[in-house]
Amino acid sequence: MKALRHDATALYDIPGPKTERRHKMYGAVSTLLVLALVGWVLYLLFDTDQFTYTKWMPFEYTGIQELLLRGLGNTLKAFAMAAVLSLVLGTLLAVGRLSDHKPVRWIATLFVEFFRAMPVLVMIFFIYVALKMEPLAALVAGLTLYNGSVLAEVFRSGINSVERGQREAAFALGMRKTQVMTHVLVPQAVRAMLPAIISQLVVALKDTSLGYLITYEEFLHAGKLIASNLDYDLPFIPVVMVISPIYIGMCMVLSWFAQWVAKRQRRNPKTEAADVAPAEPGTLLPGTQ
Amino acid sequence: MNVLTDNLSLYWKGFLGTVELTFFASILALVLGFLMASFRVAPVGSFRAFGTAWVTVLRNTPLTLLFFAVLLGLPRFGLVLPFTVFAILALGCYTSAFICEAVRSGINTVPRGQGEAARSLGMTFGQTLTHVILPQAFRSVIPPIGSTLIALAKNSAIAGAFSVVELLGTYKTLSELGYNIIWTFVWIAIGYLIITLAISALFNFLEKRWGFAR
Amino acid sequence: MIAKSLRLLAALAVTALAATACGKEGTPPVKGPSAAELPQYKIAQGFSLPDSPTWKKAEKRGHFIVGAKEDQPYLGEKNPADGTYSGFDIEIAKMVSASLGLDPKKIAFKTIASANRETALQNGQIDYYVGTYTINDLRKKIVGFAGPYYMAGQSLLVRTDEEDIKGPDDLAGKRVCSAAGSTPYQRIKADYPKAELVAYDTYSICVDNLLTYQVDAVTTDDAILLGYAAKVPEEMKLVGKPFSEEPYGIGVPKKDNALRFALNDALEARQRDGDWKKAYDATLGLSGEPAPKPPAIDRYPAN
Repeated sequence: MKALRHDATALYDIPGPKTERRHKMYGAVSTLLVLALVGWVLYLLFDTDQFTYTKWMPFEYTGIQELLLRGLGNTLKAFAMAAVLSLVLGTLLAVGRLSDHKPVRWIATLFVEFFRAMPVLVMIFFIYVALKMEPLAALVAGLTLYNGSVLAEVFRSGINSVERGQREAAFALGMRKTQVMTHVLVPQAVRAMLPAIISQLVVALKDTSLGYLITYEEFLHAGKLIASNLDYDLPFIPVVMVISPIYIGMCMVLSWFAQWVAKRQRRNPKTEAADVAPAEPGTLLPGTQ
Repeated sequence: MNVLTDNLSLYWKGFLGTVELTFFASILALVLGFLMASFRVAPVGSFRAFGTAWVTVLRNTPLTLLFFAVLLGLPRFGLVLPFTVFAILALGCYTSAFICEAVRSGINTVPRGQGEAARSLGMTFGQTLTHVILPQAFRSVIPPIGSTLIALAKNSAIAGAFSVVELLGTYKTLSELGYNIIWTFVWIAIGYLIITLAISALFNFLEKRWGFAR
Repeated sequence: MIAKSLRLLAALAVTALAATACGKEGTPPVKGPSAAELPQYKIAQGFSLPDSPTWKKAEKRGHFIVGAKEDQPYLGEKNPADGTYSGFDIEIAKMVSASLGLDPKKIAFKTIASANRETALQNGQIDYYVGTYTINDLRKKIVGFAGPYYMAGQSLLVRTDEEDIKGPDDLAGKRVCSAAGSTPYQRIKADYPKAELVAYDTYSICVDNLLTYQVDAVTTDDAILLGYAAKVPEEMKLVGKPFSEEPYGIGVPKKDNALRFALNDALEARQRDGDWKKAYDATLGLSGEPAPKPPAIDRYPAN
C-alpha cells in the first residue's frame, strides 16, 4: 500500500531509510508548528473572553435555536428554488446554443456570455434595488441567471463531448436531430455531466449567503442578528463557531456527492463515449474554448 | 445618462478600488495557491494533510461568511487594519484554494518522464518542483488561473456590498443622491466588464506567449 | 483520511446542534426596556380613511406592515430570540397605528436596510416606515413624510477612554465610521474632509469596530448613538453638541397624501395627550436624557 502510494508520484524517489527519517522529522516539526498555532489561537480566544457564559448563553434558548433553524431553512429554500430554476434555464440556453438557427444561437450565446461575465452580486443588487423585487425573488433570480448560464455551458460541452461517431451513427440510421439529441446524445452526456452539474450546485449553495447582503433572512443573517446584539455581549466568535461548521458541512456533503458520482461514472460503461472535465467554479476564459 | 459624467470621480475611485482589491488579492492568492499546491504533492504526509485541509475548508466556505469572519473576527484578537486589507485577506485566501487546485491538476499533466528524468539527474523534490515541474505546469494552467482570477475580480463586489471601497459600493452614495438607479448599475456593470475583459485579454496574451496545451 | 475526519467533524457539529434543540424557553436577559413598562395606546373606533389605498389595504388585512430597523437599541431593535421589535421608533409606529384604527399589537414589522427604504415604500412591501428616517427634499421627491416626530442631530460616539475627540473639529486624522451612503456619512465627507472615513452597511458593524479599536468614533444621529451608549455606558459615550438637525419622519408612499395627513393628525394628537412623552420615557428616556419638546409637524402640501 505504502509503496504504491509513493509510486503514484513522479516527483520524488521512494525514500530510503535516511530520507524516511528526515521526512518523519519534517512531519513532526510541522505538526508541532500547526499544533502550536492552534494552541495560540485557543489562548487568544480564552484571553479575549470568547468562552464566557454571557456569550454562549443565547444558544441555550429555543427562540434563538429556532431563529437559526429558520435561517437555515430559508437558505435551503433559496438554494432549492435557484437549483431547479438554474437547471431549467441552463437546459433552455443550451438548446438555444445548439440550435440550427443562427439568430437563436446568437441570442443564447450573448445571454450566456453576459451573465457569466457579470458578478452575480451585481445582478442580485440590480434586481433588488433597481427592479425592486423582494429579497428572496432577487436572490433566486440572480443565482438562476448566473448558474443557469454556467450550466448551459456545461450542458453544451457535455453534448459536444459525446464521441462524434455516436452522432454520426444515429444520423446514419435516419434519426432526426431531436431524436439524435434525446435518444443518443443527452442520455450519455447527462451521466457524464452529473459531477460537473453538482459542483455548480455547490457554488449556488455557497452563493445563497449573498442574500445576507440584501437583508434576506437566511442563515448568515440570523447569525449576524445574534452576533451584533449588545445584550449578549457581541458574541461574534461563538456565532461564527456555530454557523461555519454547518455551512462548510453542507457544502462538503454536496461536494463529496459530486466526487462519489464522478467516481461511479468513471466505472460506468454507459458514459465511456463522453469525457467531461470537472467544472471549475467561475467562468472559463472567453475565447479559449 | 449624466450619472456617469456627474460622478466620474466617484466611479473612477470605485473602479480603482476594484482594480486594487483584485490586484493585491490575486498576488496573495497566487502565492498561497502555489505554496499549497506544492504542499499537496510533497513527500511529507503532514504537509499534504495541511494543504488538503486548507483547500477543502476554503473551497466549501461561502465567501460572504469568510468576509464576515475576517472582517469582524480578526479585530477581536487586537488586529487593527483598514477594511481594504481585510477584504484582500478574505478574497486572497478564498481564491488560493481554487488556484491550488488548478495548479495541482496542471502538475498532473506534466509527463511522468520529466519528473523521473529530473530525479535521475539527482535533483531533490524542491528542485524537481521549482525547476522542472512548475514551469511546465504553469504553461498548461494559464487558462484555468485566468478564469479563477476573473472570478476573483467578480467576487470583489462582495467587498463593495459591505463598504464603499469598491465599484458596487458606489451605488449606495448615488442612490442617496437620487440618481437614476438603472443607469447607475449600467455603468457599474460596464466597469466590471472592462476589468474582466482586461484580465481575459492578459491571459490570452500569456497563453499565446507561453501557453502549451497537453 | 483528512476528508474522513473532516466529515466526522461536520457530522458531530450537526448532531451537537440537534442535541441542543431542546433548550430554555423565553428570551435571554435583555438590557433594553421591557414590555411591561411600555404605554398602551387606545385604538380609535370607527376610523376610516377611504382616500388612502395603503390604509384600505391594511384595513382589509387587519394590520399594518411597518418597515423598521432591527439593530438599533432603544430605537428599533429586534429581539433575536422571539422576533419582537422594541424602541422609540417602534412605539411611534404603534401609536399611529392605534390612531388609524388598527390594533398596534398586530403590526407586522419588517426589517428594511437604510439603502432600501425608498424601494420598499415604492413597491408596496411596507405600508409606512419608522426607522430614523431623516426628512429631506431629495427624499421628498421619492416618498412622502409624515411628522417630524423627533428632532435628532448628528453627533459622535467614542470609547469612554477617548480623550482627544470632543467634537467634530477634532476628527482630523481620526478614523470615523458611518453607514455607507447615509446623510451623516456625506456630511462628514463634505464638511470635515480631514477625517478618515470608514463605511459599513450597518451601524452595528461600526459600533463593533469601535469596541475593537478599528475606528476611533462612530458618527450618526444622536438618538441612535444614545441607544448604543445606554446599553454599555461603561464602554461608550457621546461627545460634543449635535452639529446638524435631522427631523425624523414617518415614510409613506409618495402618492398617498391621505395617509400622510392622517399620520400628521395622529402624531399631533399623541404629542398633545402625553402618549408621545410616555413612549419616550419608556425607551430613549432610559438613557437619562429628559424628553425634549416634540418638534412641530411639517404639513407640506400635496405635490
